[in-house]
Amino acid sequence: MELLISACLGVMIACGVYLLLRARTFSVVLGLILMSFAVNFFLFITGRLHTDLPAIISPDRSIYADPLPQALVLTAIVIGFAMTAFVVVLALRAGRELETDHVDGKPEKTQ
Amino acid sequence: MIIALIPLLPLAGSIIPFLFSSRSHHAAAAGCVAGVSLILLLAQAPAVFAGQMPIHSWQWIPAIGLNFAFRISGFGFLVACLILGIGLLIILYARYYLSTEDPMGRFYAYLLLFMGSMLGIVLSENLILLMMFWELTSISSFLLIGFWTHRADARQGARMALIITGGGGFAMLAGFILLGHIVGSFELTDILASKEQVQGHHLYAVTLVLILLGAFTKSAQFPFQFWLPHAMAAPTPVSAYLHSATMVKAGVFMLALMFPVLSGSALWFYLVAPVGLVTLVFAAYMAMFKDDLKGLLAYSTVSHLGLITLLLGLGSPLAAVAAVFHLFNHAMFKAGLFMLSGIIDHEAGTRDMNRLSGLWKYMPVTATLTMAGCAAMAGIPMFNGFLSKEMFLAQTLKPNLFGDQAWIIPLGATLASIFAVAYSIRMIHEVFFNGPATDMDKQPHEPSRGMRLPAEILMALCLLVGIFPAVLAGPMVNAAAQSILGPEMPEFTLSLWHGFNLALAMSAIAIIGGIVVFKFRRYLFDSHIWFSRYCDGKAIFETVTDWLIQSGYRLNQAVFNSSLQRYMALLIISVIVLGSSPFWRSETKFLGTATMTAIDPVTFIMGIILILCALATVITHRNRILSIIMLGTVGLIVSLTFSRFSAPDLALTQISVETVTIILLMMALFMLPRNSPKDSSRYRRQRDVLLAGLAGGGAGALAMGILTRPYETISDFFLAQSVPGGGGTNVVNVILVDFRGFDTLGEITVLAIAGLAIYALLHNFEIEAPQTDALGRPWTSDRFPMILANITRPLLPLALLFSAYIFLRGHNEPGGGFIAGLITAAALILQYIASGIVWTRPRLNFDNHIVMAWGLIVALVTGLCSWVFHYPFLTSTFTYVSWPWIGKFELASAIVFDLGVFLVVVGSVMLILVKLGAVNSPDAQTVSTLAQHHPDLEPEKEMF
Repeated sequence: MELLISACLGVMIACGVYLLLRARTFSVVLGLILMSFAVNFFLFITGRLHTDLPAIISPDRSIYADPLPQALVLTAIVIGFAMTAFVVVLALRAGRELETDHVDGKPEKTQ
Repeated sequence: MIIALIPLLPLAGSIIPFLFSSRSHHAAAAGCVAGVSLILLLAQAPAVFAGQMPIHSWQWIPAIGLNFAFRISGFGFLVACLILGIGLLIILYARYYLSTEDPMGRFYAYLLLFMGSMLGIVLSENLILLMMFWELTSISSFLLIGFWTHRADARQGARMALIITGGGGFAMLAGFILLGHIVGSFELTDILASKEQVQGHHLYAVTLVLILLGAFTKSAQFPFQFWLPHAMAAPTPVSAYLHSATMVKAGVFMLALMFPVLSGSALWFYLVAPVGLVTLVFAAYMAMFKDDLKGLLAYSTVSHLGLITLLLGLGSPLAAVAAVFHLFNHAMFKAGLFMLSGIIDHEAGTRDMNRLSGLWKYMPVTATLTMAGCAAMAGIPMFNGFLSKEMFLAQTLKPNLFGDQAWIIPLGATLASIFAVAYSIRMIHEVFFNGPATDMDKQPHEPSRGMRLPAEILMALCLLVGIFPAVLAGPMVNAAAQSILGPEMPEFTLSLWHGFNLALAMSAIAIIGGIVVFKFRRYLFDSHIWFSRYCDGKAIFETVTDWLIQSGYRLNQAVFNSSLQRYMALLIISVIVLGSSPFWRSETKFLGTATMTAIDPVTFIMGIILILCALATVITHRNRILSIIMLGTVGLIVSLTFSRFSAPDLALTQISVETVTIILLMMALFMLPRNSPKDSSRYRRQRDVLLAGLAGGGAGALAMGILTRPYETISDFFLAQSVPGGGGTNVVNVILVDFRGFDTLGEITVLAIAGLAIYALLHNFEIEAPQTDALGRPWTSDRFPMILANITRPLLPLALLFSAYIFLRGHNEPGGGFIAGLITAAALILQYIASGIVWTRPRLNFDNHIVMAWGLIVALVTGLCSWVFHYPFLTSTFTYVSWPWIGKFELASAIVFDLGVFLVVVGSVMLILVKLGAVNSPDAQTVSTLAQHHPDLEPEKEMF
């Protein structure tokens, strides 16, 4: 199981990095979202993998999944959305001002 | 307490001059502040003269050994008297010197700031505290030297002074830290008593060199002497203050202060004495050739500082006494001479000796005063400069560590004295005599009374101290030397006449030689032209700084070519290199020992789908809509994985965020090209695949390394306290709204700021979106499908009810403010999507900013409420109430906080999405009014 999870994480990071390195703002945004999935996921698994042990106190159980990484990741997901939205709007605004969506602001080639 | 006030009064009082508007009031205010400080200082005189050293100390940051501690040693008392006494005279002088255009309030503010920092240096008991004042003098002297900001030479001079003294200060800080490390304390009292410990330590040499660097740069010792003459671009009161009594004296003060602990070794002698000797002779020689009055005085200052450094370098107790006495004398005559040169400049319109001549006729009083100052500077009997110079000459004759070459020191001293006499004569000759006054811009005349008074006082003191040294300077010099030398204090008497001895003969040689050199100066001037071409400190300094700036620029060009794509690649490469470097040589095994859990088929299939969809996102990224769909699938599976591994709250959050993110991307895509063109070359793509592979492989390996290790958590506390302390069974939610409520408050603030920033970015932003695709077909024939609209409207109350449920149960079951907020926002946005902004806006008539702001207010006020009950910020409480029909129900104050979270999330998400949706239909209101007149316009102008 650990191997599968690590592989998923690695693939998400790799895809995110590849997209980050592309030349168009939209691809960069996609890469960023993938990266934030992966980073949140990474934070989450530092609490290790637990099955059927949600951190909801009940008299029947005595072991629970680690709630701390979960709390950290919960807010990170929401803030991640705000940051994604910010980057998207920045990309829109820059694309509008520069009349191109190339990350370096290179003008479009005329056909 | 009183001791601390002496430096702190001028520091705090530096704002007082700003409170007044009249010029005289500025000066009076500054004078009052300095005057009170001086009175406080003099009140300590009896204790100091009795050989005591008052110390007051408060703890500041004990962890790093920093105390707010002040002391008044005999030496500190002497220098502080000079700083405040001469400072007061400067305040008076500057009142008449500065013109009406100069911002007087600012000048006095800087001056007081500088005065306070200097006093801080001489009165600090703690070395770190001293260092802060040391840096403050660098900064305030920068402001003073560059006071005439419109002049390029002033700006340059100020910058050079700051770089040289600031750089030296940096070295000195390192030296102090080493010293503190060796002694184990930063208190001067401890350090000064640990001579053997310091000199026996293997770091002694490094410490000494670093501290000397700081002292030498500040006191303009060779080879750092060049900044001081260029600092003469400052207004003359500043030069008179900084370069006679204070700033440059800080360096020799530091040498004298450290004398008890650092001196006495051969290294001290070989480092300090030669530097002092070279500076003494070289600067005296250079002073000969300066045509600018202030330039001459500047080099003379450097030379005299070299003299004091040489004395301290010699290391004998009597030499230290002479150093203290000369420091005292030099401050007085040099401050006076600077003031007089300012008077000449002010009244004759120039201070260039080539243009000045014959001023004796117009300003005899000024001329007499200048002659007195020059006599003291040259070391003529009856003036104070003679006494300390005589002591100095006597000390140079003592045997020293140069052994057989010891004669070089008296030779250099005599040579420098000859030059000193020669440049003093030259100054008087060329300014006041040398034919009639011709080349003047205006008619020269005596200055106003207030401007001349300070110089008169100083010159009178020079003469009186020169005649009655034992009475006037004796006690002070005695106390100062005593505080430096302690038990090694030698017997000495200050008197005008010491009898016929070798030192007197050297003085006589200097005076006669000086007259001879002055007579034949023409030959010297010729040879100097050749010399100055090859030896210009400023030119070297500028070459070095230019080279540094150029290479910095070239490096910048090489790394940063303004391509973000390239920066990103560089960034990722560095992360890979830095992240993997600890593992290259690591001995520990990469994988841990924990047993792995078994794989089940469903999770396996999900994992494979996630991997495939992530790859598909990349493969299809040029077809943007397809890649959004793939990305959405990845997000869905991530949320399922959270749910699979016991994190229901995360799963709920992820899935609702996923929804709004995809909506956001679709909206953005509407305003961007639908496809990405093929930009990257084959090579570029291969490089990126390699980088991505390394980064992904690294992250995966790291995850594997973590997952296979056993772990300890700090969460047991939260699990144990959640119900008794926080009153909720959902530990994740209790952490968010209770244990770590302060973090959450910060996070929702960030969320609100991001919302506002997006709002600002989209302000006045309009895009005329295309109405048809590339083939000319309209985007859609049915923009707001009737079925969708009709289903979503009744769905809204259901969705809101559901989110209320999620919100209320959050404390005990998966849910809470974040998730409920996202669900509400998604439900509301659905209305916009189904029915369009024109229809929805008036019906959901609330301002999202206000919602967001209320959320923050509610969260903050909940936190503040606990203060009312004398609990720390954000302490929560809860109770159980029994409601009819419903049963036992929990009321927690944390739920109010969670309500704040809820409102911020709803407000900011709605703010972002509605604003983005409205970009294409700038003002829903106008559109709808327009639409009444032109029914056709409505569907075309808006999107949602």
